[in-house]
Amino acid sequence: MDMRTPLGKVRGLGSAKSGTEHFWRVRTTSIALVPLLLFYIVFLILYGGRPYPEVVSALSNPFVATINGLTVIASIVHMRLGMEEVIQDYIHNEVTKMALLILNAFFSLLVGGLCLFAVLKIAFAG
Amino acid sequence: MANVTNNRPLSPHLQIYRFIPTMAMSIVHRITGAALYFGTLLVAAWLIAAASGEEHFNQVNWLFGSIIGQIVLLGYTWALLHHLLGGLRHIMWDLGYGFEKEFSTKLAKGNLIASIVLTVVVWAIVLIIR
Repeated sequence: MDMRTPLGKVRGLGSAKSGTEHFWRVRTTSIALVPLLLFYIVFLILYGGRPYPEVVSALSNPFVATINGLTVIASIVHMRLGMEEVIQDYIHNEVTKMALLILNAFFSLLVGGLCLFAVLKIAFAG
Repeated sequence: MANVTNNRPLSPHLQIYRFIPTMAMSIVHRITGAALYFGTLLVAAWLIAAASGEEHFNQVNWLFGSIIGQIVLLGYTWALLHHLLGGLRHIMWDLGYGFEKEFSTKLAKGNLIASIVLTVVVWAIVLIIR
Protein backbone atom coordinates (compact mmCIF):
# COMPACT_ATOMS: atom_id res chain seq x y z
CA MET A 1 0.00 0.00 0.00
CA ASP A 2 1.30 3.41 -0.93
CA MET A 3 0.96 6.00 1.83
CA ARG A 4 2.27 8.93 -0.19
CA THR A 5 0.02 11.82 -1.16
CA PRO A 6 -0.60 12.43 -4.88
CA LEU A 7 1.33 15.72 -4.63
CA GLY A 8 4.26 13.96 -2.93
CA LYS A 9 4.29 11.35 -5.71
CA VAL A 10 4.33 13.99 -8.43
CA ARG A 11 7.13 15.94 -6.77
CA GLY A 12 9.12 12.75 -6.20
CA LEU A 13 11.36 14.40 -3.60
CA GLY A 14 10.99 11.85 -0.79
CA SER A 15 11.55 12.49 2.92
CA ALA A 16 14.89 14.26 2.42
CA LYS A 17 13.08 16.82 0.21
CA SER A 18 15.85 16.77 -2.38
CA GLY A 19 14.94 13.62 -4.29
CA THR A 20 17.69 12.13 -6.45
CA GLU A 21 19.37 15.51 -7.02
CA HIS A 22 22.69 14.51 -5.38
CA PHE A 23 22.89 11.16 -7.19
CA TRP A 24 21.89 12.73 -10.51
CA ARG A 25 24.45 15.54 -10.32
CA VAL A 26 27.27 13.13 -9.47
CA ARG A 27 26.33 11.07 -12.55
CA THR A 28 25.86 13.95 -15.00
CA THR A 29 29.15 15.57 -13.98
CA SER A 30 30.94 12.21 -14.19
CA ILE A 31 29.62 11.62 -17.72
CA ALA A 32 30.71 15.14 -18.71
CA LEU A 33 34.13 14.60 -17.18
CA VAL A 34 34.96 11.50 -19.26
CA PRO A 35 35.51 13.36 -22.59
CA LEU A 36 36.68 16.55 -20.84
CA LEU A 37 39.42 14.74 -18.92
CA LEU A 38 40.49 12.71 -21.95
CA PHE A 39 41.05 16.04 -23.71
CA TYR A 40 42.82 17.38 -20.63
CA ILE A 41 45.15 14.37 -20.42
CA VAL A 42 46.14 14.77 -24.09
CA PHE A 43 46.62 18.51 -23.54
CA LEU A 44 48.88 17.90 -20.54
CA ILE A 45 50.85 15.23 -22.42
CA LEU A 46 51.54 17.87 -25.08
CA TYR A 47 52.07 20.95 -22.87
CA GLY A 48 53.02 19.77 -19.37
CA GLY A 49 56.57 20.95 -18.62
CA ARG A 50 56.72 23.16 -21.75
CA PRO A 51 58.06 26.73 -21.56
CA TYR A 52 55.81 29.61 -20.46
CA PRO A 53 55.05 31.34 -23.81
CA GLU A 54 54.08 28.04 -25.45
CA VAL A 55 51.74 27.02 -22.60
CA VAL A 56 50.08 30.44 -22.31
CA SER A 57 49.46 30.69 -26.05
CA ALA A 58 47.92 27.19 -26.02
CA LEU A 59 45.75 28.00 -22.98
CA SER A 60 44.53 31.26 -24.55
CA ASN A 61 43.14 29.42 -27.57
CA PRO A 62 39.33 29.92 -27.29
CA PHE A 63 38.56 26.22 -27.74
CA VAL A 64 41.10 25.15 -25.11
CA ALA A 65 39.90 27.89 -22.73
CA THR A 66 36.28 26.76 -23.10
CA ILE A 67 37.14 23.10 -22.46
CA ASN A 68 39.33 24.21 -19.57
CA GLY A 69 36.52 26.22 -17.98
CA LEU A 70 33.97 23.43 -18.41
CA THR A 71 36.41 20.90 -16.93
CA VAL A 72 36.94 23.13 -13.89
CA ILE A 73 33.19 23.59 -13.34
CA ALA A 74 32.31 19.89 -13.76
CA SER A 75 35.28 18.89 -11.57
CA ILE A 76 34.48 21.13 -8.60
CA VAL A 77 30.79 20.15 -8.60
CA HIS A 78 31.75 16.47 -8.80
CA MET A 79 34.45 16.65 -6.14
CA ARG A 80 32.28 18.62 -3.74
CA LEU A 81 29.44 16.08 -4.02
CA GLY A 82 31.86 13.16 -3.71
CA MET A 83 33.50 14.55 -0.58
CA GLU A 84 30.06 15.31 0.85
CA GLU A 85 29.21 11.61 0.54
CA VAL A 86 32.48 10.59 2.23
CA ILE A 87 31.93 13.03 5.13
CA GLN A 88 28.33 11.90 5.62
CA ASP A 89 29.44 8.24 5.59
CA TYR A 90 32.25 8.47 8.12
CA ILE A 91 31.61 11.46 10.40
CA HIS A 92 28.82 10.84 12.89
CA ASN A 93 29.31 13.77 15.26
CA GLU A 94 26.77 16.34 14.13
CA VAL A 95 28.92 19.44 14.80
CA THR A 96 32.05 18.01 13.16
CA LYS A 97 29.99 16.84 10.21
CA MET A 98 28.41 20.27 9.64
CA ALA A 99 31.79 21.99 10.01
CA LEU A 100 33.40 19.63 7.45
CA LEU A 101 30.50 19.99 5.01
CA ILE A 102 30.87 23.77 5.14
CA LEU A 103 34.67 23.54 4.80
CA ASN A 104 34.15 21.21 1.84
CA ALA A 105 31.86 23.74 0.15
CA PHE A 106 34.31 26.60 0.80
CA PHE A 107 37.33 24.61 -0.38
CA SER A 108 35.62 23.49 -3.59
CA LEU A 109 34.35 26.96 -4.43
CA LEU A 110 37.71 28.56 -3.61
CA VAL A 111 39.70 26.15 -5.78
CA GLY A 112 37.10 26.38 -8.55
CA GLY A 113 36.98 30.18 -8.38
CA LEU A 114 40.76 30.50 -8.52
CA CYS A 115 41.03 28.06 -11.46
CA LEU A 116 38.24 29.80 -13.41
CA PHE A 117 39.79 33.21 -12.80
CA ALA A 118 43.15 31.92 -14.03
CA VAL A 119 41.57 30.30 -17.11
CA LEU A 120 39.69 33.50 -18.01
CA LYS A 121 42.65 35.79 -17.33
CA ILE A 122 44.87 33.73 -19.65
CA ALA A 123 42.13 33.62 -22.29
CA PHE A 124 41.43 37.37 -22.26
CA ALA A 125 44.68 38.97 -21.09
CA GLY A 126 47.36 36.34 -21.75
CA MET B 1 15.28 -0.90 29.73
CA ALA B 2 18.61 0.93 29.81
CA ASN B 3 20.59 -1.77 28.04
CA VAL B 4 18.19 -2.53 25.24
CA THR B 5 20.19 -0.75 22.55
CA ASN B 6 23.50 -2.14 23.82
CA ASN B 7 22.30 -5.74 23.69
CA ARG B 8 20.91 -5.67 20.20
CA PRO B 9 22.56 -8.18 17.86
CA LEU B 10 25.05 -6.62 15.46
CA SER B 11 25.28 -7.46 11.81
CA PRO B 12 28.74 -8.78 10.89
CA HIS B 13 31.13 -5.99 9.99
CA LEU B 14 33.63 -5.75 7.11
CA GLN B 15 36.45 -7.78 8.69
CA ILE B 16 34.20 -10.87 8.87
CA TYR B 17 34.06 -11.20 5.10
CA ARG B 18 36.84 -12.48 2.89
CA PHE B 19 38.44 -9.52 1.10
CA ILE B 20 37.59 -9.78 -2.60
CA PRO B 21 38.59 -7.71 -5.68
CA THR B 22 35.28 -5.83 -5.98
CA MET B 23 35.59 -4.71 -2.34
CA ALA B 24 39.19 -3.63 -2.87
CA MET B 25 38.34 -1.63 -6.00
CA SER B 26 35.35 -0.09 -4.23
CA ILE B 27 37.47 1.43 -1.48
CA VAL B 28 40.28 2.30 -3.92
CA HIS B 29 37.69 4.22 -5.98
CA ARG B 30 36.86 6.26 -2.90
CA ILE B 31 40.51 6.76 -1.90
CA THR B 32 41.51 7.86 -5.41
CA GLY B 33 38.52 10.22 -5.42
CA ALA B 34 39.67 11.79 -2.16
CA ALA B 35 43.23 12.03 -3.50
CA LEU B 36 41.98 13.73 -6.67
CA TYR B 37 40.02 16.17 -4.49
CA PHE B 38 43.26 17.48 -3.02
CA GLY B 39 45.08 16.93 -6.32
CA THR B 40 43.02 19.75 -7.85
CA LEU B 41 45.34 22.03 -5.85
CA LEU B 42 48.12 20.97 -8.25
CA VAL B 43 46.01 21.91 -11.28
CA ALA B 44 45.06 25.18 -9.56
CA ALA B 45 48.74 25.93 -8.84
CA TRP B 46 49.68 25.30 -12.47
CA LEU B 47 46.84 27.42 -13.90
CA ILE B 48 47.31 30.29 -11.42
CA ALA B 49 51.07 30.29 -12.07
CA ALA B 50 50.42 30.40 -15.82
CA ALA B 51 48.10 33.38 -15.23
CA SER B 52 50.58 35.16 -12.92
CA GLY B 53 53.54 35.47 -15.24
CA GLU B 54 56.67 33.72 -16.38
CA GLU B 55 58.56 33.84 -13.07
CA HIS B 56 55.84 32.10 -11.06
CA PHE B 57 55.20 29.64 -13.86
CA ASN B 58 58.86 28.63 -13.96
CA GLN B 59 58.87 28.07 -10.19
CA VAL B 60 55.84 25.76 -10.36
CA ASN B 61 57.27 24.01 -13.43
CA TRP B 62 60.52 23.45 -11.56
CA LEU B 63 58.61 21.99 -8.61
CA PHE B 64 56.61 19.64 -10.85
CA GLY B 65 59.81 18.68 -12.69
CA SER B 66 61.66 17.71 -9.50
CA ILE B 67 61.84 14.05 -8.49
CA ILE B 68 59.20 14.44 -5.77
CA GLY B 69 56.99 16.44 -8.14
CA GLN B 70 57.27 13.76 -10.82
CA ILE B 71 56.38 11.00 -8.33
CA VAL B 72 53.34 12.98 -7.17
CA LEU B 73 52.26 13.59 -10.78
CA LEU B 74 52.75 9.90 -11.61
CA GLY B 75 50.49 9.04 -8.66
CA TYR B 76 48.01 11.69 -9.76
CA THR B 77 47.89 10.22 -13.27
CA TRP B 78 47.20 6.75 -11.88
CA ALA B 79 44.55 8.00 -9.41
CA LEU B 80 42.77 9.92 -12.18
CA LEU B 81 42.77 6.98 -14.61
CA HIS B 82 41.72 4.52 -11.93
CA HIS B 83 38.86 6.75 -10.77
CA LEU B 84 37.81 7.41 -14.38
CA LEU B 85 37.65 3.68 -15.19
CA GLY B 86 35.89 3.03 -11.86
CA GLY B 87 33.37 5.70 -12.78
CA LEU B 88 32.63 3.92 -16.06
CA ARG B 89 31.92 0.74 -14.07
CA HIS B 90 29.52 2.71 -11.90
CA ILE B 91 27.68 4.07 -14.95
CA MET B 92 27.34 0.50 -16.23
CA TRP B 93 25.87 -0.61 -12.88
CA ASP B 94 23.56 2.43 -12.78
CA LEU B 95 22.18 1.30 -16.14
CA GLY B 96 21.52 -2.12 -14.62
CA TYR B 97 24.28 -4.18 -16.26
CA GLY B 98 27.31 -6.13 -15.05
CA PHE B 99 26.21 -7.42 -11.66
CA GLU B 100 27.13 -11.08 -12.38
CA LYS B 101 29.62 -12.39 -9.80
CA GLU B 102 32.35 -13.62 -12.14
CA PHE B 103 32.01 -10.69 -14.52
CA SER B 104 32.17 -7.99 -11.84
CA THR B 105 35.22 -9.67 -10.27
CA LYS B 106 36.94 -9.79 -13.67
CA LEU B 107 36.08 -6.15 -14.23
CA ALA B 108 37.43 -5.15 -10.80
CA LYS B 109 40.78 -6.80 -11.62
CA GLY B 110 40.64 -5.31 -15.13
CA ASN B 111 40.13 -1.86 -13.64
CA LEU B 112 43.36 -2.10 -11.66
CA ILE B 113 45.38 -3.58 -14.53
CA ALA B 114 44.03 -1.12 -17.10
CA SER B 115 44.70 1.87 -14.84
CA ILE B 116 48.34 0.81 -14.40
CA VAL B 117 48.80 0.03 -18.12
CA LEU B 118 47.26 3.37 -19.17
CA THR B 119 49.41 5.27 -16.66
CA VAL B 120 52.52 3.64 -18.14
CA VAL B 121 51.29 4.46 -21.68
CA VAL B 122 50.65 8.13 -20.83
CA TRP B 123 54.08 8.55 -19.22
CA ALA B 124 55.79 6.62 -22.01
CA ILE B 125 54.28 9.01 -24.56
CA VAL B 126 55.39 12.00 -22.45
CA LEU B 127 58.95 10.66 -22.22
CA ILE B 128 59.09 9.81 -25.95
CA ILE B 129 57.87 13.19 -27.25
CA ARG B 130 60.07 15.21 -24.85
